[in-house]
Amino acid sequence: MNWKEIEEGAVIAHDIKKSPKTGDWRYMKPVVDKKLCAGCASCFDFCPEAAVDFDSERKADIDYDVCKGCGVCATVCPKRAIKMTK
Amino acid sequence: MVNKNKNLALTGGAAAAEALRQINPDVMPVYPITPQTPIIETFAKFVADGEADTEMIEVESEHSAMSAAVGASAAGVRAATASSSQGILLMAEILPIASGMRLPILMLVSARAISAPINIHGDHQDVMFVRDAGWIQIFSENAQEAYDNTLIALKLAEKVRLPAMVVMDGFQTSHSVENLEILEDSVAKNFAGEYQPKNLLLNFDEPKTFGPVALPNSYFEFKRQQVEAMSGVVPEIEKVLEEFGKISGREYDLFEKYRLDDAEKAIVVAGSTAGTAKVAVDELREQGEKVGLLKIKLFRPFPYAQVAETLKNIKQIVVLDRTVSFGSSAPIFSEIVNAMGRTDLQSCIYGLGGREIFKEDLKKVFSDNWDGKEVKYIGLK
Repeated sequence: MNWKEIEEGAVIAHDIKKSPKTGDWRYMKPVVDKKLCAGCASCFDFCPEAAVDFDSERKADIDYDVCKGCGVCATVCPKRAIKMTK
Repeated sequence: MVNKNKNLALTGGAAAAEALRQINPDVMPVYPITPQTPIIETFAKFVADGEADTEMIEVESEHSAMSAAVGASAAGVRAATASSSQGILLMAEILPIASGMRLPILMLVSARAISAPINIHGDHQDVMFVRDAGWIQIFSENAQEAYDNTLIALKLAEKVRLPAMVVMDGFQTSHSVENLEILEDSVAKNFAGEYQPKNLLLNFDEPKTFGPVALPNSYFEFKRQQVEAMSGVVPEIEKVLEEFGKISGREYDLFEKYRLDDAEKAIVVAGSTAGTAKVAVDELREQGEKVGLLKIKLFRPFPYAQVAETLKNIKQIVVLDRTVSFGSSAPIFSEIVNAMGRTDLQSCIYGLGGREIFKEDLKKVFSDNWDGKEVKYIGLK
């Protein structure tokens, strides 16, 4: 692009709607057993993609648009409430 | 409005801190260094007394101070800091990041010599060392200008989205108590206005990436754009100075012309020495000598065309630099030669490491005949 048209300071604006769904890369899918989940937030802290949030009952809620299925959440869950499935 | 202004006796450092109090920056990462410390000490007292609600961050080095200022400014708030000498050199890695990211950070500088040998006194070598960092640089002659330039530079920086340095001479200005007039708080605050960032990191509705890599296919374009931003400074500062003149009654220009209109001989100098030079000019004028002074204020960007136009009819021009540029010409001298395209200008170096320069030295500069063939050193033993 021409130097007059680029955004100053090399700032890049993002359109969330157009952003790639990195969850598409996933092979294994974490599934939360909401009855077992204690809401301790271990998965929240360890998730490298910030894909874990909490639902209204403070149970782990995974955003599959960005979860790449690494399985860290299932490994760190002290209640073994997250299972990796195909 | 002008009548309500307050007359105070303050050091240059405290005067600049008064302007900072009125600006009330959101974040000030600070690290102490002589002779800048009075600025942040005075400001810290304002914060402690609840006169400013700035978040002061006491960081572990100047490198961190400038890094934190970059972070705060990118987040979308007003960030300021202050430094001198080795502190500015330690910041040097971050200074072009601030300008390259187009962050209008304000930095007050109490200019000081750089090591080695170690010396804490005033000269301009620290600010000249970083003259290509992409920052706006404005020199101040005295405490009044240190106060005024702080307000002017903030507004200018935020308009053109470039960082700005306000320079005062270490000790001569930063530690000398002088009378000055400060604006009423509401007038100064109104002049500074609210900071409206163009891009801000902490806006989750419009996510943005700051500080990405730019490879050979785009880096060049960003630098060209930065050149353009700098070239927009002169027209913008003219508007800011006009507005400042209306509220303060103090009319400023890109540089100060002192008794230059019919002058045959002129000195070009920046900083506190201009004050001494004005007395020398006045005394020589009383004896009928046609002498004058051009005081550099806006140094980056350098107003070439305006300086050349002002000096074009003057026969003898002596440029005084409080800096050496090893293996090259002194910085202000280089710019004047570049502006005028003349080869008969005289370069003089003075005041390194706080070496005094007196009225008689400056009168002698006018009375001597110069051919510009050799650099002279004023006050050298």
